[in-house]
Amino acid sequence: MELFFQQTINGIMLGSTYVLVALGVTMIYGIMRLPSFAHGHFYMLGAYITFFLITLYNFSYWPALILSMVVLFFIGGLVERIVFRPLREQSQISNFIAAIGILLFIEHMVTVIWGPHSHRIPNPYPEHIYLFGASVSQQRLIVILAAVVLIALLQLFIKKTVIGFTMEATAQDREGAALVGINVNRVSSLTFSIACALAAAAASLVAPIFVIVPGMGSLLVMKAMVIFILGGLGSIPGAIIGGYILGLIEALGGGYISSEYKDVFAFGALILILAIKPTGIFGKGAA
Amino acid sequence: MLLKVEALSKHFGGLKAVDGVDFHVNQGEIVAIIGPNGSGKSTLFNLISGTLRPTTGKVLFQGDEITAHKPYRVAALGIKRTFQTTTLFDQLRVVDNLAIGRRVNTKTGFWDALFRTARWRRERDETVGKVLELSGIIGLGDKFFDFVTTLSQEAQKRLAIGIALASEPGLLLLDEPTAGINMEETAEIIELIRKVREAGTTICLIEHKMRMVMGLADRIIVLNYGRKIAEGTPQEISGNQVVIEAYLGGKSIA
Amino acid sequence: MHEYLRKKWFYFLLLLLALVFPLFGPSRLIFTMLILSGIWSIATLGLNLILGYTGQASLAHGAFFGIGAYAVGIMTTRLGLSFWIALPLASFLCAAIGFLIGLPTLRTKGAYFAISTLAFGIIVFIIAGNWSDLTGGHMGLPAIPRPNPIPLPLAGEISFTSPAARYYLVLFFLLLTLWVMHRVVFSLQGYSFMAIRNNENLAEAVGINTFRNKLLSFMVANFFAGLAGGLYAMQLGALSPFITHHVLTFNLIIYLILGGVATLAGPIIGAITVPFIVDALFAIGPYRMVIFGVLLIVSIIYFPRGLMGGLTSLWNRTADYYRHRKDGVRHAAES
Repeated sequence: MELFFQQTINGIMLGSTYVLVALGVTMIYGIMRLPSFAHGHFYMLGAYITFFLITLYNFSYWPALILSMVVLFFIGGLVERIVFRPLREQSQISNFIAAIGILLFIEHMVTVIWGPHSHRIPNPYPEHIYLFGASVSQQRLIVILAAVVLIALLQLFIKKTVIGFTMEATAQDREGAALVGINVNRVSSLTFSIACALAAAAASLVAPIFVIVPGMGSLLVMKAMVIFILGGLGSIPGAIIGGYILGLIEALGGGYISSEYKDVFAFGALILILAIKPTGIFGKGAA
Repeated sequence: MLLKVEALSKHFGGLKAVDGVDFHVNQGEIVAIIGPNGSGKSTLFNLISGTLRPTTGKVLFQGDEITAHKPYRVAALGIKRTFQTTTLFDQLRVVDNLAIGRRVNTKTGFWDALFRTARWRRERDETVGKVLELSGIIGLGDKFFDFVTTLSQEAQKRLAIGIALASEPGLLLLDEPTAGINMEETAEIIELIRKVREAGTTICLIEHKMRMVMGLADRIIVLNYGRKIAEGTPQEISGNQVVIEAYLGGKSIA
Repeated sequence: MHEYLRKKWFYFLLLLLALVFPLFGPSRLIFTMLILSGIWSIATLGLNLILGYTGQASLAHGAFFGIGAYAVGIMTTRLGLSFWIALPLASFLCAAIGFLIGLPTLRTKGAYFAISTLAFGIIVFIIAGNWSDLTGGHMGLPAIPRPNPIPLPLAGEISFTSPAARYYLVLFFLLLTLWVMHRVVFSLQGYSFMAIRNNENLAEAVGINTFRNKLLSFMVANFFAGLAGGLYAMQLGALSPFITHHVLTFNLIIYLILGGVATLAGPIIGAITVPFIVDALFAIGPYRMVIFGVLLIVSIIYFPRGLMGGLTSLWNRTADYYRHRKDGVRHAAES
């Protein structure tokens, strides 16, 4: 029971990071029809910037995290502007190549600056607390809570603000949005920025628990892709539910079945589910 | 009877897009299906051609049931269709488009292509011959090797009909063949449709332009809210009070 | 025949160049790079069929390459089979697995297909790294033997210990691949593939069984991925699980797109030039991959149709220019 509880907390924590990254992938696809394979690398970059601010400039944890989000916000907008906007009319595969260019650039830039080995961000909340007889590190609970807050803020932003509303309109009908005078370029830029800031938040939140390495984003982005496909392309509730489910499956599967092959189950499930429902669980209509 | 549709229905949730429609098409006829926007005309075509599965009802072609066959199987049996928005293979040339339209008549597969078998040679020569002849019929003989994006709107519409005709189908379903082009160009398309019929192809078409249908169709079927509300010759339809009220809000037709 | 030679002289020149190249005594490094480029070319030509001509972005191509490599490695080391039997078996195995994986994945379209094939690729990578009894796990699979020598009637035998012999072997398979692709693409069968790429709904409406054709294209593509993988195992003599990693798929896609998608020369141009560019960047030191990333982005923005596309449009523009000049002269003469 203790193992179950601990693995459930771990699962929700993993799921929190998956949700934050998958939300970014989902929003970018929704607005730009672009599977953003470089997103895991923005996540990694976010962790490194937090690390950099804490170790070099002696920032404390929360200001570093927020500043890292701000930096990624601007980097995201910049990348959209100089890389993806010129490729807007090109095929998805051209955009895919550009994404690979970006991820190579980020990964090797980080490797050159900070080296290929792993780093550790000092854990700001190392104490454990006891819940239902199991010991849980405070940082894990903070990850979970912070993710919930961010997800709620994002929902409020999309549903309650004018900019959020224009984003939703653009996601539903790009040409229509352009016709009614929405500046699609600005919406795309903003979407990319927000998505990157969310990734930076996710990475900075879990960084004190795990180590940071230049390759930390590459498997994560694959999982975000799986979530975004299963959730149905561009469905935000799908990404949220899918992210938590995948985190739980992984933590419980890893705890009870086999830790080497746990990803096989996740990715195998994806193929099987798509075979039965070719447009994902929450998807509607054809791609 | 070439095509027979029996009590065909398609429901999307609570919406009855097509609701118990019966009709038939005889060999050699031109039958027009008319009706206001959203009356279920295109849905009806999608049900016949296999793009959508009907909720209930039957489709029979040459006496055989083809209900809910996959689109490629319906096409292979000899029912070809065009789409409301002109749909072409727009990365390719006129000749490629027509040859692909004829692909269903050829059996050349991977091994034939690899070893250039007798079948590969025979079907290649046959395809080239037929496609060349067809390009003349649809008036694109001089544009044989042009990329389709360089064609005019009206030429593209003729090519779309050409793609469907290439396999010499028994029944041609045309979904608004003259949508979005001017009067003069419409006349040319009508001329082409007549020519196709004279060559022995049966035609069923959806149309908006009343005047065009009146002069062209042998029989007209009128749909409204997914139901068939009238059927008859152009004369009968233009005098039918139900049609006039439902379709034109009381104004007389033609 | 004369006419044929006149039109295709350039290709025959290239072939001749490729054939006599070893006579110039290139260094071992150049030989190795060319052999690898030949192997990447075969794999990229396969990818070109499913992605370039059929329009289905398979992200499992590297995984099939890896399956082919491991199949040859396992068959020659653990089962003691001859390379000459193992290579075709591995290729057909990849086509067969392609069939089984294609059944579920090809029901999906666009991004769904890309991600579900990627998922398969990740599964293959995990298995290659963890099923130690079969693949050697993370330690890899060492000591894959060279192919048995081919006896020649008079001159002894061809032994594959020399790079020149392996170079000709890979060149032979590259030409074979090119021949197959040429025959298939320029046929009615090729039309079916291109119809699906261009407009799947219309293809289905004109009577093409799109699922069957996609499956066929996927199987043929994976056959050549497996063939290339088998040759890779032969060339390297040892395998690590990273040969099944999706980074390889990404590399092959880069060769394809930068070379020129849906052309026959493009994949080969890409598979030769890109590795040589990356190699040249080694001189710059630690920033090489950073610069490669930038190069990739710049070239995809400015040459979206790859080198072949760029060359073709340059050629057309030049031809236009001269035609106009000629026309200009004629007009001037007539007036």
